[in-house]
Amino acid sequence: MAEFINSGNKDTRSGFGAGLLQAGRLNSKVVAMAADVTGSVKMDAFASEFPDRFFQCGIAEANMVSMAAGMAIGGYVPFIGAFANFATARILDQIRQSVCYSGTNVKIAGSHAGITLGEDGATHQTMEDVGIMRMLPGMTVVCPCDYNQTVAATIAVSRWNGPVYLRFGRPSVPNFTEEGAEFRIGKAQKLLEGKDITILTYGHLVWESIQAAKVLEEKGVSVDLLNIHTIKPLDVEAIKASVARTGKVIVAEEHLIAGGLSEAVAGLLARTNPVPMRFVAVDDKFGQSGKPAELMSRYGLDAEHILSAAGQLL
Amino acid sequence: MTTGYTLQQTASQVRRDIIRMVTAAASGHPGGSLSSTDFLTYLFFKQMNVTPETWKRSGEGLDMFFLSAGHLTPVLYSVLARRGYFPASELSSFRRFGSRLQGHPSVEWGVEGINQSAGSLGQGLSVALGAALAKKLSGDDRSVYVLVGDGESEEGQIWEAAMVASHHKADNLVAMTDWNHQQIDGSIENVGGMTDLKSRWEAFGWKVIEADGHDFTDIEKAFNEASAAKGAGKPIMILFRTEMGHGVDFMAGTHKWHGKNPSQEQCDAAMKQLEETIGDF
Repeated sequence: MAEFINSGNKDTRSGFGAGLLQAGRLNSKVVAMAADVTGSVKMDAFASEFPDRFFQCGIAEANMVSMAAGMAIGGYVPFIGAFANFATARILDQIRQSVCYSGTNVKIAGSHAGITLGEDGATHQTMEDVGIMRMLPGMTVVCPCDYNQTVAATIAVSRWNGPVYLRFGRPSVPNFTEEGAEFRIGKAQKLLEGKDITILTYGHLVWESIQAAKVLEEKGVSVDLLNIHTIKPLDVEAIKASVARTGKVIVAEEHLIAGGLSEAVAGLLARTNPVPMRFVAVDDKFGQSGKPAELMSRYGLDAEHILSAAGQLL
Repeated sequence: MTTGYTLQQTASQVRRDIIRMVTAAASGHPGGSLSSTDFLTYLFFKQMNVTPETWKRSGEGLDMFFLSAGHLTPVLYSVLARRGYFPASELSSFRRFGSRLQGHPSVEWGVEGINQSAGSLGQGLSVALGAALAKKLSGDDRSVYVLVGDGESEEGQIWEAAMVASHHKADNLVAMTDWNHQQIDGSIENVGGMTDLKSRWEAFGWKVIEADGHDFTDIEKAFNEASAAKGAGKPIMILFRTEMGHGVDFMAGTHKWHGKNPSQEQCDAAMKQLEETIGDF
């Protein structure tokens, strides 16, 4: 099995901050806006290097995203930053009309996504955002798995033409993908080649899936592991090819089953190749306060739960 | 562009277009379209520096207009057509299946002069603010105009935009309120209570100008004052005092024609009150 080395835990939001700064250096049309959480969403380095291209918008997310649409019309590439729930659900209609229906080139950066936001509790956690954003016509949804990949994804998003929701998180997690590796939006990243079972995952659960795959490997089960960092548009061919080989699928995501990759994959395979599936995701629940790792475990979102799902399928 | 007509004559034709469009479509929003006809006619025919023949969405180097109160498509489409953005004959397709002239403006259909989709209220002021800040950032000294409804001003996002616009000194942004005092359920005073718009906008740090929205001399004065205030550090709001349904006696001064089409007989009656000048589509 391929080796994945953790070069040291880092938060993906810092990857966004580093990526945004690089994107700003590469393209003078990149601008950024924050809703009073500049430091939390790691836009501060961009703001200090490009003060003219950074717009503090106050705690007024609805205005911020529509304003970003106006800047996009004027030829700029605006990134708006807020906690994921406030960057999506709170301003859904603004994203729908000002961004998607208007085809404006706005990049929505949702930080602190998922349950790993932790102690602040359910009001600030979101496990619905991917589903909400996926449903909008014209929206691209990206969620990288670690620091290095978030840097690369942010730069790729800045070059992508059209609305994008870029999802990342708060906690420090293993950083194991190659620094500077190319990030291709819409193209699944094959992490492990296997023949017995397919695991489709993204975000913080990629590392957990690798840990689960190691255990399965020791038991003689080979895992085909795909990092579906682009949830929309889905890399249909990669998923179909993998499932055609293995005939069994686990989808693991820090999100509700409803609207997430789980339902996206189920919808695809129901039409093309129905096979036994298990979802390592949250079923119709809000989160609660707690430490990130503790919450991931209590809500069934870790290597242990991936293994038990595999046990049911094998 | 239609030339050789006075503003009054142009506005009269626009009002005919509005009534004929909503009658033919058997739906649409005549009331607010009629109240904003005069100052929009002035804006497109006298005030803005635009080139309809070579229109592009980015508005680079030109003045730009955004419609925030998206239901006012009858007046917008008519003014755009009469100004030369697209042929007036297309107005007959308003609200029909497959038409570019959707019930609410849509960029998806590539209509010349439409910079942004609108319909869900409260968003257009923010979009215009973004476009205005983009102009400042790229050193483009043209202005951005946006039309907001007085009923629409009950939306919270309007006041988010009001705050952020003055905070960022968007003094190339000229908003206009069609202050007709009516909304779907009745008068503004009875429904949302959004009265005394002048003090509210001033409190948010805007330069506020008031004018009679049906008097071209007063409209001109207001736009001149707005132009003079450009660059002075404050976003600008022109409150146009108007009458809903203005120009058609049975539609005037009531909320009842906000989103209702006249019958053919009512349309015929309205036509008798509005002179055909440029020529019906």
